[in-house]
Amino acid sequence: MTSEKIFTRNFHLKDPHTLGVYRQTGGYTAVTKAFAMEPSAITEEVKKSNLRGLGGAGFPTGTKWSFIPKGSAAPKYLVINADEGEPGTFKDRYLLERDPHAVIEGMLIAARAIDSHRGFIYIRGEYVQPWRVFSAAVREAYGAGLLGKNVLGSGFDFDIVVHRGAGAYICGEETGLLSSLEGKKGWPKIKPPFPAIKGAFGQPTIVNNVETMAAIPHIINRGAAWFAGLGTKSQGGTRLFSVSGHVVKPGVVEAPVSITLRSLIYDECGGIPNGRRLKAVVPGGSSAAVLTADQIDVSMDVESLAKAGTMAGSAGVIVMDDTVSIPDALMVVARFYAHESCGQCTPCRESTGWIYKMSHRIVSGKGRKEDLDTILDVAKRGAGTTICAFYDGAVGPYISYIEKFRDEFEALIPRDGHA
Amino acid sequence: MADDPTRPPFDPERIAEVRRLQSLYPDKRGALLPVLHLAQDTFGYISLEVEEYVAGLFDLTPAHVHEVVTFYTLFFREPRGTHVVSVCHNLSCHLMGAKAIIDHLTQRLGIEVGETTADRRVTLLAVECLCACEQAPMMQVDDHYEGNLTREKVDRILAELR
Repeated sequence: MTSEKIFTRNFHLKDPHTLGVYRQTGGYTAVTKAFAMEPSAITEEVKKSNLRGLGGAGFPTGTKWSFIPKGSAAPKYLVINADEGEPGTFKDRYLLERDPHAVIEGMLIAARAIDSHRGFIYIRGEYVQPWRVFSAAVREAYGAGLLGKNVLGSGFDFDIVVHRGAGAYICGEETGLLSSLEGKKGWPKIKPPFPAIKGAFGQPTIVNNVETMAAIPHIINRGAAWFAGLGTKSQGGTRLFSVSGHVVKPGVVEAPVSITLRSLIYDECGGIPNGRRLKAVVPGGSSAAVLTADQIDVSMDVESLAKAGTMAGSAGVIVMDDTVSIPDALMVVARFYAHESCGQCTPCRESTGWIYKMSHRIVSGKGRKEDLDTILDVAKRGAGTTICAFYDGAVGPYISYIEKFRDEFEALIPRDGHA
Repeated sequence: MADDPTRPPFDPERIAEVRRLQSLYPDKRGALLPVLHLAQDTFGYISLEVEEYVAGLFDLTPAHVHEVVTFYTLFFREPRGTHVVSVCHNLSCHLMGAKAIIDHLTQRLGIEVGETTADRRVTLLAVECLCACEQAPMMQVDDHYEGNLTREKVDRILAELR
């Protein structure tokens, strides 16, 4: 498919992470334009573009910005979530390493819109290389007068603090991230108050994803209508799909959000290798419910995937061929959620551990007849009862793997497994 | 203990870095993770003594710092090997053969996952998604990623770890 490339337009160039290359390709023209606009007009433009957050939750970005209290004298913070951790997702790493200045320019524009003078970017601790590249880009931007006092002579001040995480999936959850940024363990906080009212260090805060930021300069430069027109009625733009697992060409694919899962797998990524057949595919990171091979004609936008009983999430697409044991895959996924539960809420802390143990014993041939129904029961009861969305994310795979491939699980459970 | 570079306190240059980091946040506690990274890079791991020392730099209780250190996977509370090899065992890497890579590493190194070789050269870990699934199976070796692993490639990487 030959569609317009926005996020990846410079990926093929030499040194796309440098200020020089970014500027040669039109970089930092949007910020000049944005600084000549009223802050509220920037937010309006982003609203009209139908940009939805590209980290996982898919919330309309402009609407989120508009939640910052108007006329408040309190300091406001812009926090960029670069704690990429959703299994099957790797697109933010590409942006940090290959287009960091787009993220910085997006931050400048967002900061102007919400009247923030200090931004933080929270980069996962394992991303040492992306952290180095991004930090170098921030230094370049300071050197060129694009950050700091009086940005480009506009009278607007903006600083960026590059912050490293230390290994915890839960810090990708926005309030867990804020706890961590404040020097605490990454425990999520009860909402409300939402971060826009009371966020980082108790002040109004917007938390946005890396890719979401990278979209902003293009929306300002080329207009909301153009961006909205690239997508569906309710979600504008292209986005980056991270495709991995059993495909001929795994990698980052930029495509309109309306692309079908089938086209993504077969047209963009070369289909299933070694003459095998597709068995199952996770469309939006491991927290998204799995789809079977006959469900892949779905469009990849937020609404269409929700209608299909799953979610667009982080657009991490994990493809499984017909050699894969689904119970084995669930055991791996359940191990992840058990390891990463932060331990704050009882339903999540206890259920993730027990479900991992049950899935492990099923795969080990020691499952009990009642295990499958117990997992489903525990999963369904716990959903929606916790402070953050982590457990709801775990429930997606628990239920869908078992309900869609129940025969495979039952075949592993010994007939004399006691009931 | 000022003469022992593996134990607190920080030298004056690092103290200055701590103060700079603390000044970047509206509340200096925001710099706790960055300073713990600095402490681990300096002292090798985060001992109880280091926790207490860092707590003093932030006017925090040692208990608060201990709670933070034990929450995150990248802070080591015991000495590590010279090199840390962390193999991803999450779904995409699992599908592409992570288990065989981990088995190969345990055999080659003669240790189990979570252990350090007797010569202190390598610590082997199995970790959750490192978000480089396009290169599955993959692992992190110290500060960089190694992807599209085969047994042969793993052997070459190990041979280069001194």
